[in-house]
Amino acid sequence: MSGHSSFQSNNAIVKWIEYRLPIFSFVNEALVVYPTPKNLNYWWNMGSLAGVMLVVQIITGVVLGMHYTPHADLAFDSTEHIMRDVNYGWLLRYMHANGGSMFFAVVYIHIFRGMYYGSYKAPRELLWWLGIIIFILMMATAFMGYVLPWGQMSFWGATVITNLFSAVPILGETIVAWLWGGYSVDQPTLNRFFSLHYLLPFVIFAVVFLHLWALHVHKSNNPLGIDIKGPQDTIPFHPYYTVKDLYGMGVFAIIFAWLLFFAPNLLGEPDNYIPADPLVTPTHIVPEWYFLPFYAILRAIPDKLFGVIAMFASLFILFVLPWLDTSKVRSARFRPVYKMLFWAFFVDCLVLGYIGGQPAEGIFIVIGRLGTALYFLFFLSLPFIGWFERPRKLPASISTAVLESHGGGGTPDGAAAKAEDRG
Amino acid sequence: MLRSVLIAALAALFVSSVSAGALASSNAEHPKELKWSHGGPFGTFDRASVQRGLHVYRETCSGCHGLKYIAFRNLLEIGLSEDQAKIIAAEYTVKDGPNDEGEMFERPGKLFDYMPAPFANDKAARASNNGALPPDLSLIVKARKGGENYIYSILTGYMEPPADVTLAEGMAYNPYFPNHQIAMAPPIDDQTVEYVDGTENSKEQIARDVVSFLAWTAEPTLEARKRLGVKVMLYLFVLTLVLYGVKRKVWAKMH
Repeated sequence: MSGHSSFQSNNAIVKWIEYRLPIFSFVNEALVVYPTPKNLNYWWNMGSLAGVMLVVQIITGVVLGMHYTPHADLAFDSTEHIMRDVNYGWLLRYMHANGGSMFFAVVYIHIFRGMYYGSYKAPRELLWWLGIIIFILMMATAFMGYVLPWGQMSFWGATVITNLFSAVPILGETIVAWLWGGYSVDQPTLNRFFSLHYLLPFVIFAVVFLHLWALHVHKSNNPLGIDIKGPQDTIPFHPYYTVKDLYGMGVFAIIFAWLLFFAPNLLGEPDNYIPADPLVTPTHIVPEWYFLPFYAILRAIPDKLFGVIAMFASLFILFVLPWLDTSKVRSARFRPVYKMLFWAFFVDCLVLGYIGGQPAEGIFIVIGRLGTALYFLFFLSLPFIGWFERPRKLPASISTAVLESHGGGGTPDGAAAKAEDRG
Repeated sequence: MLRSVLIAALAALFVSSVSAGALASSNAEHPKELKWSHGGPFGTFDRASVQRGLHVYRETCSGCHGLKYIAFRNLLEIGLSEDQAKIIAAEYTVKDGPNDEGEMFERPGKLFDYMPAPFANDKAARASNNGALPPDLSLIVKARKGGENYIYSILTGYMEPPADVTLAEGMAYNPYFPNHQIAMAPPIDDQTVEYVDGTENSKEQIARDVVSFLAWTAEPTLEARKRLGVKVMLYLFVLTLVLYGVKRKVWAKMH
């Protein structure tokens, strides 16, 4: 972000601006000549995709906000007005609703990638922290956004989740009334959720900027998890990763478009097409899919207060991950025990997601509790794994590993493919 | 290329596995599976069936169920002429006003009016229906799990209750409904309505037509969505193929 610049221009206007505000050299250093490890695989596409999704959500959201009315009597009608009477309103709304799902999908893969390749380890702890903060802000934003159409699941989801705070000893009821702005989820709640739902994405935007700032100090981690040792290990971001990111965006856009145009309600709950009714509780109150693992953890604990604590702990434990993991080796590729545990953890998250969508009864309760225990066990076992695990031999450098892996041709990131494709 | 396909497949698997997780259990029987002309990526509404469905709705459903998001002007979208829509609108009485004297008055419906509700309010609706509230049907196809198939199964699924079931006062037996007891009396039967276009007016055909109509009221923009979707997909396939080629070419220089 500082230091001498390789940027040169003969254009008088560019030079005039550059002298006063060095924006051209800034972009040049951040996106053009920016040195990037030459062995990044496609799992490294998720960061830029998440950035694109944030912009898509803000643009569609701002336009939706022009047609939406945050009033308990009008919110549902105004949503249908958008679907029926606003030009391409259906496109905007489906793009925004499914865009939220795509955003979370990409961010989840991004987080799992960071965990698999040890991207959270020194010196990237703050980069990791900023990422978790973005994730938590996203969850708050998505939760409040889901309330806005004021359907049955909006209303009852809001009621259930805000009620969690009533588990706080002594002050619980006061906090909940304060959150609601009254004695139940009602007009004041909807109004403030709209206000905050509009605000938080810009806060996320600011934290994304910090996230990128921290990233650019020590550069990207890579599938080998070893440091960049010199210019022979890197390639300029442009054109190599700009074109790779663009190709990834194409593939991503195809999946997004399929969901948006041909199955726009696949991930939604039919109940949310019923207007909110405080007198009728839906049989099963289910949050959006991206909250299901956490919802499962919440319900796994029979006590309300401890359930809430477990749910928040399952998120906040991510903050201490860099210190729980005592291994000096970053990439799971060289850590046989951690690699197995990682995949077990991944499957456990999917199982918890499934359980979160089921009614809390019978075998589902047992599996939910087992899954919750395994979730925390994964994190708590990491210090010990780091001590007894014998990691495999690390390559001398990124460039030697890349050269060895494709003596006879193939893509530059062929090494990554071999290790990752069986996932 | 293989790797990107794998990644795409993984992503799809991930999405479908969690969406399947959201299904909740219920003691209702699984709805009958039908093919609908508006299903699939290229689906369009069967105009004739939707128009017959409008007729069914007006003859048998509209006494209890509203359709508040549908205006008479919308009927042009299912192939009615402006004159036909105006005639239908005029058959309804709409409250308007206040006029210059400050009085509310009644007048025949016009194209810009929305379908008038059958009851003045929910309490009036309950009072006339043994305590049950007939839901507005505008969004019913999107507001129930199983969508079209579910509504069709409810309409055609009424039967005599099994011997061990005692029905509550004023309820009917329907295995497709949660808990099997439904407050709506069987609304359609063979020959419940007359069709002017010579279509057989069997119970199944009537149900199919009215469900087609309700699928349209739930999402009148469905055809526009799918039309645009096909174009966008084609465009994205070509664009992504080109980007893949560019990526290969740029990275080939690495060697």
